[in-house]
Amino acid sequence: MLISNENKPRNQANDFSGRRRFLLTFIMTCMAVLVVRGIHLQVFKKDYLQDKSKYVDTVSISSYRGIIEDRNGEPLAISSPAPSIIISPKELLKDDESVVVQMEKQSQKLHGGEALSASQKADVLAAYRNEKLTKFRQMEKWLNLPSGKIDAILGEKKTKSFVYLAKKVSPGVADQIKDLKIAGVDIRREFKRFYPSGEVTAHLLGFTDAEDVGQVGLEQKYESRLKGTDGKKRVIKDGLHQVIADVENISSPVPGKNLVLSIDQRIQYLAYKELQNAVKVNKAKSAALIVLDSKTGEVLAAVNQPSFNPNSKQDLKESLYRNRAITDIFEPGSTVKPFVVAAALEGGYIYRGNFFDTNGVFEVDDHTVRDVHNYGMLDVEGVLKKSSNIGVAKMALKMPVNYFWRMYSKLGFGESPATGFPGEASGHMPDAKRMRDFDRATLSFGYGVSVSAMQLARSYTALADDGILHSVSLLKRDEDIDAKRVLSQKTARTVRKMLESVITKDGTAYEARVDGYRVAGKTGTVKKAGAHGYSPDSYFAVFAGLAPASDPRLVVVVMIDEPSAGQYYGGLVSAPVFAKVMAGSLRILGVTPDQENTMPLLLARKGG
Amino acid sequence: MNIETRREQFHAPNVVERLLSKLHIDIPLFLCLLIISLLSFVILYSAGSQDIDLIIRQALRVGLAFLLMVVLAHIDPYQFKHFSAVLFGIGIILLIAVFLMGYTGKGATRWLDLGFFRFQPSEMLKITTPMMIAWYLADHALPPRPMQLLIAGVLIIIPTLLIAKQPDLGTAILVASSGAAVLFFAGLSWRFLLAIFASLSAFTPILWNYLLHDYQRARIITLLNPEADPLGNGYHIIQSKIAIGSGGVYGKGWLGSKQSELEFLPESSTDFIFAVFAEEFGLFGCLGLLTLYLLVIGRCLYIASQAQDTYSRLLASSLAFTFFVYVFVNIGMVIGILPVVGVPLPMISYGGTSIVTLLAGFGILMSIQTHKKFIPG
Repeated sequence: MLISNENKPRNQANDFSGRRRFLLTFIMTCMAVLVVRGIHLQVFKKDYLQDKSKYVDTVSISSYRGIIEDRNGEPLAISSPAPSIIISPKELLKDDESVVVQMEKQSQKLHGGEALSASQKADVLAAYRNEKLTKFRQMEKWLNLPSGKIDAILGEKKTKSFVYLAKKVSPGVADQIKDLKIAGVDIRREFKRFYPSGEVTAHLLGFTDAEDVGQVGLEQKYESRLKGTDGKKRVIKDGLHQVIADVENISSPVPGKNLVLSIDQRIQYLAYKELQNAVKVNKAKSAALIVLDSKTGEVLAAVNQPSFNPNSKQDLKESLYRNRAITDIFEPGSTVKPFVVAAALEGGYIYRGNFFDTNGVFEVDDHTVRDVHNYGMLDVEGVLKKSSNIGVAKMALKMPVNYFWRMYSKLGFGESPATGFPGEASGHMPDAKRMRDFDRATLSFGYGVSVSAMQLARSYTALADDGILHSVSLLKRDEDIDAKRVLSQKTARTVRKMLESVITKDGTAYEARVDGYRVAGKTGTVKKAGAHGYSPDSYFAVFAGLAPASDPRLVVVVMIDEPSAGQYYGGLVSAPVFAKVMAGSLRILGVTPDQENTMPLLLARKGG
Repeated sequence: MNIETRREQFHAPNVVERLLSKLHIDIPLFLCLLIISLLSFVILYSAGSQDIDLIIRQALRVGLAFLLMVVLAHIDPYQFKHFSAVLFGIGIILLIAVFLMGYTGKGATRWLDLGFFRFQPSEMLKITTPMMIAWYLADHALPPRPMQLLIAGVLIIIPTLLIAKQPDLGTAILVASSGAAVLFFAGLSWRFLLAIFASLSAFTPILWNYLLHDYQRARIITLLNPEADPLGNGYHIIQSKIAIGSGGVYGKGWLGSKQSELEFLPESSTDFIFAVFAEEFGLFGCLGLLTLYLLVIGRCLYIASQAQDTYSRLLASSLAFTFFVYVFVNIGMVIGILPVVGVPLPMISYGGTSIVTLLAGFGILMSIQTHKKFIPG
């Protein structure tokens, strides 16, 4: 079968390759036609065709975010429906012409084929536009927008198809607007997070962003729990993305789970008010306060100054919403002295009857430890009562480094209090191996170690609950399964008894007394550490205490940063706040008074 | 003998080439077809409501069709030539049988019911008609004389009319164009072509008024103005244009087609599958698919140009051209530049008959490409 000997074309040169070339050209031309048509449809007429396309879409049905409640079921954060109004300028501007065409068609059907005259058309258009403008004015009125606002948006954003006209309006207004039935105006189901107690719980709860996602605080921490699962449904939409019909419900929205906090809103409020007042009176920079239930470790109140209003957060500074009570650390100063005494007693390094010679000056490692006054000979209780630095330093030096260090460590210093709060501080503890005598001495009066108010309050539960250190919790719970014994019952009770002497007329914190209750506590007036060592005239005024001392129920820690109205002693600045908050809280909780001498005062106050 | 062939003589084939020549498979063509077939499963999965059974059924058909292609590729083109007239004759007889006692479905009589399956003889004619014409012309000097042209014309018109009468306009067009392509490549004079074109144009009013069915007339009106009857005749084409247009340049992604999902788009896995493809893969996807088709057509034309005898060259050219007509008519109809005629998108639409015929044709092309004989030294 060879070309050369069979049916050769008449013309050898003509094997019709020209035909193939022609065909190839023809094919390419046809393909080019297809491509041009494709570009025409998919590029130039895309919008028009997309508008006409009906399609199935899955839309989500937003779910309620869980409620945050206090321990008694009082709502602290709730979500309420707050729809947003969205307009599509593109669509609002587009439909004028098409409406005229439609009306024309309708009138043709009704009146049998007669087309509208030009003037009739103009009339129809004018009437339609008037009606629309009336609706615009109506909407602006309902939304408290300046008259003409919608027209201004239409002028500015002609080509946009999604513009927020108003965010988070009341459901009633949204319904009214829906009833106007304007194509191009859409209602979006959204929720507004509302915090009934505003600034009082602001730091603790944090807030959510515009998309309802927790940003700081417990809203952030428990985001996954509070967040509901949006439902889904399948719908048919037209080209204008309007839902025409529901097809099926794929899943119903599941509201988020509620969160029950350990906080007692009444105590929280009281604490907030007192702390705010103290900051004002003492012209302080900031302040934090913690109220713990010493039997369960639950946080009953955690407040801070300055605060912010989470319901209308505008130009918020990060410093405003820091939950200082948990995230900020300070040197606890004298408030740790009871633990030095406890450790020394527990280890048998000192006895209750021991006396300590505090001459006002005590040399350690070429450094000098000083007291405010020369108290002379002091017994153990006296050391606490007068808050003698020399006294506790001498006790600390009697203990081996490791033993002393371990006691602080057991009390939770340098360890996270594990509330899980975002940004929670663990404080700082120096390394035991490198500790010189002077370091041990300073540690004994609360320098060189730093804690948060939460950590300090937690450590006091060991004194309050007869030697048992509690874990702390921001969520309501029945019992503390992580409690551990760090001191013997005897030691804890002894130290507690000694701390009651602090709240006496010749102690450092007479201001901390509460009528009707025995109170035990310790002041701390701490020089603030700055970039160039300790500052000579700025202080933390701290007070940590518990009551009723016979069977403690509450631990309260008050920390006031840089009081600058003259007073700066913990016993004068923080102790009064402690007293008011403690008194109020005990009353709110209905704790039985245990101080017979001052009980009449309490009763008289109650009656009057 | 041209230089090209001479050079091939001295090229010692290596092992792979020898093996391939034993298999009689044309690798470039085979690969292109394979890619398009695999692509078809991907699109069918989306267009056919993600029914995996449907894909398996189609895959079986495609597999059988590929097998047939390989078998045909092993037959010497000489055999095809030898049996051309017989096969054509059988085809005509079967068409007459359909005409007399065919099975009627969907308002058309196209099938012969053989009990265990239904056979569509018109498909066979897509291949046997060009074989017949090529055989008839190859034994005479080219270009054909007027008398031969007349006979060839009659040979084309008989099956075309029989098929058009069923009615199956799509297949009729493909059969007619496959025959006409042979005439064109046989060197039909341009003057003659122009004359035919002119007379066809003159014939149009007669065709329009007397020969077309009402529904066919409606389809042509629809093409010119689909909005005239958007819910009736224009529905197909409007929905298909919406689907294609809404795909845009990049498409909505695989399984992203929204028009076919709720069955807004009819025939989405058969004749209108291109609309689904265009919606999901956009303009770029369409360009890619067209490129694949062009590669197939180009390879077929190359095979035709390398064919060593007139019969093979005419047949190969005609098969290449028919494939092109297939693609163009289907896509043209789906994107609304040609009237709606029932032509599937080759190698992609769901269905067994057309893919068997297509791959049979490619089998013949491979046979032509791989059975070349050379003059020894």
